[in-house]
Amino acid sequence: MRDKIVYVLGCIALAILAWNTYTIAFLPEETRQGVVFKIIFYHVPVALTAMCCSMVALVASVLFLITKRFIFDALAVAVTEVGLAFLAANLVTGSIWGRQIWGIWWTWDARLTSALVCWLLYAGYLMLRKAIEEPTQRATFAAVFSIFAFMDVPIVIFSIKWWRTQHPAPVFWSGGSFPPDWTRHFLWNMLAMVLLGVVMTTVRFGQEQVQREIDSLRREAHAL
Amino acid sequence: MRLVRQVLTIAAKDLRAELRTKEAINASLAFALVILLMFSFAFDPEADTTREISGGLLWIVFAFAGTLILNRSFAREIPNDCLDALISAPIPGAALFLGKAIANFLMVLAVELVSLPIFGIFYNVHWAQQPAQLFGVLVLATWGLTVIGTIFSALTVNIRLREVMLPMLTYPILVPALMGAMRLTAVLVLGKPIAGDDLSWLKMLIGFDVMYTAASLVLIETVLVS
Repeated sequence: MRDKIVYVLGCIALAILAWNTYTIAFLPEETRQGVVFKIIFYHVPVALTAMCCSMVALVASVLFLITKRFIFDALAVAVTEVGLAFLAANLVTGSIWGRQIWGIWWTWDARLTSALVCWLLYAGYLMLRKAIEEPTQRATFAAVFSIFAFMDVPIVIFSIKWWRTQHPAPVFWSGGSFPPDWTRHFLWNMLAMVLLGVVMTTVRFGQEQVQREIDSLRREAHAL
Repeated sequence: MRLVRQVLTIAAKDLRAELRTKEAINASLAFALVILLMFSFAFDPEADTTREISGGLLWIVFAFAGTLILNRSFAREIPNDCLDALISAPIPGAALFLGKAIANFLMVLAVELVSLPIFGIFYNVHWAQQPAQLFGVLVLATWGLTVIGTIFSALTVNIRLREVMLPMLTYPILVPALMGAMRLTAVLVLGKPIAGDDLSWLKMLIGFDVMYTAASLVLIETVLVS
């Protein structure tokens, strides 16, 4: 039953994305940036989803350290993997926009750098997990590392204010002018991305639970 | 008061062990020299350019050479099960962590203080225009480097590919601190005062140190027990 709900939700997310992409294609072009501006409908929602993922990863990691229940560890690894994929999508879409507007794929601006650092941190998290065999130790060390990695996230968010940056000021919170009907499209995309994130995390979470079951059965078989 | 004594005991023990074998500090110094040599092939050293990029060059040397010392910090306790003895000793994990961090800090700082004049000689850079401030920046950034390095040294001591994992985990976390240190060092070597934008880098460096020292002290017990 749970599987069916998850797949239905996934289909809904994809349907919203497809319909929204279709309608966004017919929106007028932005005056100065032209058609490439529309990448913001994807760039920002994936960034926000990735941020949500890292927050859930932090909460799950802290909860694991407090309760020592492996269900939180499974949630942390699932949500981190999904967040990493979303952050990669964010970096790629940003890069495409940069190529069109700035003329370069990449610049070592504070915000871009911090996003890349975050990506490397969470990739390190997954590598750390791979390097540890013992489940309790793996979960504990990964949780500690996740907390350290999360402390880097505020630097990403505030770096745009702290440091000189070429990254455009946020359109949504600092008095940017985004037309209201465009905001509606943006919010639909936001919903679709979050939904997609939830579906992917749930699927990955299920796999992690099954993996743990297989491991414990294998240990039992060895013991016999 | 008792905690201070315990911290100092651990730090003294680590320093004594290192001074007797000199394995980490010698390796680290030699490595720093090798990197300094490699730079001369990487670019044509001219005094002006070198001074401008001195912050970056120096901190790459310090970060790489420092990792060798930090890697040994907990790995040194593996033979003869010393780590188990240390963990079961009647001292809090925070004391063990702080003691080790202080010992590492002093060793990394020593390597830095030796490499700095060598860098000055090799590349004809008058680095000592504002020595007190430069020392302050060195202390702040080295403390950040050692805190992160020490806790991750504890984290990676028992896992596969320890030598590879430690730098891979520490450098991304250290990026903000290293950026600040590179910027401030370059400014000071150029003989300019720390003002304006650079002040926020200084604040960031201090904030980084405080934040990660606090987090490490809270989490070290969890790391040591598992």
